[in-house]
Amino acid sequence: MVRFILRRLLQMVLAFFGTTLIVYALMFAGQGDPIQALAGERPVTDAQRAYLTEKFHLDRTGIDGFFYRYFDYIRNLLQGDLGESLTGRQIGDILAAAWPVTIKLALIAMTVTVLVGVTAGVLAGIRRASIFDNSTLLLTLVVLAVPTIVLAPIAQYLLGVRWQLFPPTAGADPDFYALLLPGIVLGSLSLATALRLTRTSVAENLRADYVRTARSKGLVKRRIVSIHVLRNSLIPVVTFLGVELGNLMGGAIITEGVFNIPGVGFNLFRAIRTEDGPLVVGIVSVLVVVYLVANLVVDVLYAVLDPRIRYE
Amino acid sequence: MSDFETVAASEDPNARRGPSGEPNAPNQVGGTAVTPGRPRSLAGDAWRDLRRKPIFWISSALVLVVTAMAAVPALFTAADPADCLLSRQHAGPSGGAIFGYDFQGCNTYARAVYGARASLLVGALSALLTGLIALTVGMLAGYFGRWIDAILSRVIDIVLGIPLLLAAIVLLKRVASDSATIRIAAVIFVLAVLGWTTTARVVRSSVITAKEQDYVSAARMLGASNSRIMWRHILPNTLAPAIVVLTIALGSFIAAEATLSFLGIGLKEPTISWGIDINNGRVHMRESATPLMVPSTFLALTVLAFIMLGDAIRDAFDPKLR
Repeated sequence: MVRFILRRLLQMVLAFFGTTLIVYALMFAGQGDPIQALAGERPVTDAQRAYLTEKFHLDRTGIDGFFYRYFDYIRNLLQGDLGESLTGRQIGDILAAAWPVTIKLALIAMTVTVLVGVTAGVLAGIRRASIFDNSTLLLTLVVLAVPTIVLAPIAQYLLGVRWQLFPPTAGADPDFYALLLPGIVLGSLSLATALRLTRTSVAENLRADYVRTARSKGLVKRRIVSIHVLRNSLIPVVTFLGVELGNLMGGAIITEGVFNIPGVGFNLFRAIRTEDGPLVVGIVSVLVVVYLVANLVVDVLYAVLDPRIRYE
Repeated sequence: MSDFETVAASEDPNARRGPSGEPNAPNQVGGTAVTPGRPRSLAGDAWRDLRRKPIFWISSALVLVVTAMAAVPALFTAADPADCLLSRQHAGPSGGAIFGYDFQGCNTYARAVYGARASLLVGALSALLTGLIALTVGMLAGYFGRWIDAILSRVIDIVLGIPLLLAAIVLLKRVASDSATIRIAAVIFVLAVLGWTTTARVVRSSVITAKEQDYVSAARMLGASNSRIMWRHILPNTLAPAIVVLTIALGSFIAAEATLSFLGIGLKEPTISWGIDINNGRVHMRESATPLMVPSTFLALTVLAFIMLGDAIRDAFDPKLR
């Protein structure tokens, strides 16, 4: 187990350097004159140029200079210093204000997923090929196929503007009620996947030998399903939910943008719109790290939950 | 961001295979599905299965309509999507404009019809490029095994670990050009470079199954070269599963293109794209909702059609589900 975790950690470190290097190279390498790019159309005086060259270590040129600046960026990243956005705010401060909102939203989405998705999945798996099963299959197919850029604005229009059941946008300091509709929209995708996963898993485990044994021992069906089948069926679902939580943290770019929720995704959405390069790089770097860590945790969790899986 | 990843991920055939899988069930496309009496091919079996499914016919019809729309939009509307008059802003339905006009006074229906071309072009070409990369990588990894497989599988793992939307944002921000052709090419390239992994895994596993078959050993014994075995004997067996995955991927690529254009980093005006129109319609939804609803419906139906089609074909080809 320790060996597995170590191996996995090593893999993650490699992936971290790989992705950050790519992100960094794409954003900053070979883009012409970076100081002029920063200033836009305005002329840059010699004094300003000298100051910025000093500040961003642009005096070192070539591959050597690139890696020097890259490691500078990594060092700052690891120390939690993400630099400044083009508007002069500390990116760390922007993110610190945004995380709580995003986490709240992700937790709402996750709750919806678990409550509705897993319950309906178990029911559909038990009554395979029933009307309930077939209609959930069709419904989840539709949910999986409809992109968020369609789902989010239409939910906002119908439920928020037309029927006024929910507040259409969240605003600066959103309460639970304002986050409920975006949470459902955000969770609907993972809900559909979780439902399908639970359904297949339950249906498959119901055919397993241990269920036959339990039944022949005379156990009631309720006990077989809730104790024996459920425990084995939820292994893939739990790991999926883990990956999904990582996804939800950073994956809410569209939903947060549409519903005006001041979370991490919204800031990225706005940074793209306003062409704020440093802010985009800062947020993307942090999100990549979150994503990698979430994947690591899930892999380890997987190995703990299911002893048959040890990647040796 | 996982719109277009979860669909593919949830269709992972391994998710369906558990410890209780029947030992003798043929679980690979290309396995033997011979019925006593008159033997039928797997494709014939699948076709008989498909014919009876309404979902297959509905989605095929939708795919055909959208393809026709992309090829000859003038068949569906006589109006010019670029003919926008601000005096008609949010005007109601009239004459050729069955859904009225949008904020800029453009014909909503005509724009939705003409939007099919960019979406389908991006979807189809990304799927094609994805297929080429995936077939090459999957074939090399599966056929040669050993260190080639080890390296390529790690590459697949790493690319699979990159969040698609974030990476696409970073990559596309580098494309400064506003030329329509360059932007379309860039979106296709980005989607293919980030999206080939699932298909490559499918190809790899079917290559590994196929290369153990007797006819491959026979061909090798007769002195066939590696390239001949790969090209003539193994490739045909990997095509069917790859095409199924690619059909589903095509739908996801269309959704991804629309999402990127929605964010303002994919295609840009004056290219007509559903993603751009949805974003424009969203901003003015309080004044008029049809400019939001119409392109949304077109996009959702198109993506749904491709995913349902791929889903139906896969079910027909997967004997384990029968």
